[in-house]
Amino acid sequence: MLRLSGVHTFYGRIEALRGVDLTVEEGEIVTLIGANGAGKSTLLMTICGNPRARRGEVRFEGRDITQMPTHDIVKLGIAQSPEGRRIFPRMSVIENLKMGAQNFGLAHFDEDLDRIFRLFPILKDRQSQRGGTLSGGQQQMLAIARALMSRPRLLLLDEPSLGLAPLVVKQIFETIREINQRQRVTVLLVEQNAYHALRLAHRGYVLVNGRISMSGSGAELLANPEVRAAYLEGGHV
Amino acid sequence: MAEATLPGVREDSPLVALLKDAGIAAAIAFLLALPLMGFQTLDSGTTVELQYRFHWVAIATVGVFFGRIVFTLLYRRAGAARSKAPGIVGQGMARVGEGLGRFLVPAFILFALILPFLPFADRREIDLATYVLIYVMLGWGLNIVVGLAGLLDLGYVAFYAIGAYSYALLAKTFGFSFWLCLPLAGILAAFLGILLGFPVLRLRGDYLAIVTLGFGEIIRVILVNWQPVTGGPNGISGVPRPTFFGLPFTNDPAEGETAFHEFFNLDFASLHRFIFLYYVILALVLVTNAVTLRLRKMPIGRAWEALREDEIACRSLGINPTNTKLTAFAIGAMFGGFAGSFFATRQGFISPESFTFIESAVILAIVVLGGMGSQAGVVVATLFLVLLPELAREFAQFRMLIFGAAMVLIMVWRPQGLLAHRAPTVSLGPGSGGAR
Repeated sequence: MLRLSGVHTFYGRIEALRGVDLTVEEGEIVTLIGANGAGKSTLLMTICGNPRARRGEVRFEGRDITQMPTHDIVKLGIAQSPEGRRIFPRMSVIENLKMGAQNFGLAHFDEDLDRIFRLFPILKDRQSQRGGTLSGGQQQMLAIARALMSRPRLLLLDEPSLGLAPLVVKQIFETIREINQRQRVTVLLVEQNAYHALRLAHRGYVLVNGRISMSGSGAELLANPEVRAAYLEGGHV
Repeated sequence: MAEATLPGVREDSPLVALLKDAGIAAAIAFLLALPLMGFQTLDSGTTVELQYRFHWVAIATVGVFFGRIVFTLLYRRAGAARSKAPGIVGQGMARVGEGLGRFLVPAFILFALILPFLPFADRREIDLATYVLIYVMLGWGLNIVVGLAGLLDLGYVAFYAIGAYSYALLAKTFGFSFWLCLPLAGILAAFLGILLGFPVLRLRGDYLAIVTLGFGEIIRVILVNWQPVTGGPNGISGVPRPTFFGLPFTNDPAEGETAFHEFFNLDFASLHRFIFLYYVILALVLVTNAVTLRLRKMPIGRAWEALREDEIACRSLGINPTNTKLTAFAIGAMFGGFAGSFFATRQGFISPESFTFIESAVILAIVVLGGMGSQAGVVVATLFLVLLPELAREFAQFRMLIFGAAMVLIMVWRPQGLLAHRAPTVSLGPGSGGAR
């Protein structure tokens, strides 16, 4: 469904991605783990064309999207919940959701809203509240919900566990599984919380200094001693 | 100073600190007042004499000294109260505002509609109301750019100028009527808005403000220097007055024309024209408001607000930031153009003098003081910043002083603006999933 081949991305003269190959098949949850500054978020942003890859190719459903502007890429059926959530703080929950839907036609809005509220009941209770007054976990749910409003086939999630309490993280990951299984949305998940991410994902990639250093099924990577040493020791066992 | 009057008291005693603070304020006031208030030049025909007014300086210094003490004490108490109940006061005020709004807004519109027929309304009052409404319209136009889309525009007066000159030139050169020129002026201003928008799209905040400031000045400089077309600093006089569907407001209409008062069998009164102008600007203002409120509820309006909140998030939601910003610039500019053409026909004379940077600053102050994005706030702020100085002309000497004081007070007490409550554009009934 999504295929990156030999992708190099630069910030000015700094090379953030040094030839990344990665595939995501339809129906999968794929996770990308790595340390701070490894280039995880850059990879996700490069898929959306902001910044664009300087070399290499990004293909979505067979189509070359490397040079497309972000807003056109999104219209092909890729939705992103960006790092740090980036909800609209002064706008209400409903308005935030409407922003997610409006560039794809508002014809299905009511229907999609019902679906979203079943997934995140708390958002229904908070629908007229300002986004900025929600708790961190609720904001993260809103960010995912907003991305889902465009009826994407591929959902890109950038660190949904960032700054959240362990219980909330568990809840969010549960919901991601539900989105993948029930709504048949393919998910590419970037995470620092390697334990949760690898348990959830079908497959995983490990990114080190802008290069993929390892890949395999979630269970394989979880069992791998190198991965354990680098990303899991001191955390969950 | 303060230490000398209270020997033996320790440095950090609150009383000493208070007196010291007030003393410093008074010293600054003295230094400022000495040249500003202490000397006055008197022009006695051939020579210029100096007059000394040191008693004024003394009054100012003493006034500032005690004023500072009172202010500090009040502020300390207000600060203590605020820290006890954070946010509650503001929310309560917003709710009161909402309830009042339901009743006040129709009352206000009704008042505006019948104003010319109220007993106290004479030529001066109606003209003043017209003047205020022009600023309301400019405020609402700029509110789209600054308040909704969050693009800080310091050169808004350029579009006002373009509207005014478009009308003046089109009407004088081609003899077009006001109602034909109005949309043309709006389109021209919108076009220039897009033209300005293109190069500055990548800029945000301070940088955008500087470029728009420059743009405003460029337009003014062109108006001053393009003598053959704009008349340079002399401006354009004899701008055609508006007609009532072809009926002019004159006592002696030209051959073959029927004047307004003849057609309606009235005695001639110059007041008719003022009342007509008032209703024209009132209609324009109401249209501006209706359009803005409608736009806010449409996807484009929501996109403006979302863009103000977070541009990166907008991109990832499939919004084209380029087009969204350009529409905001264009529509804001269009309303500025409308206001400009109305200004030209009301004045009958325009010159670059009317379109200086201070105009942009006043319009921006109206938007910011009113509360960014708030329609009612713009009206209240206009009354504050435009009507009040006009009414208080007797105190013209203190105008800038009061103006500055009002600004400082508002920024201290209501940093979000006077009416900063933002009403959501979408609301759902309880329990239903339907929206719109």
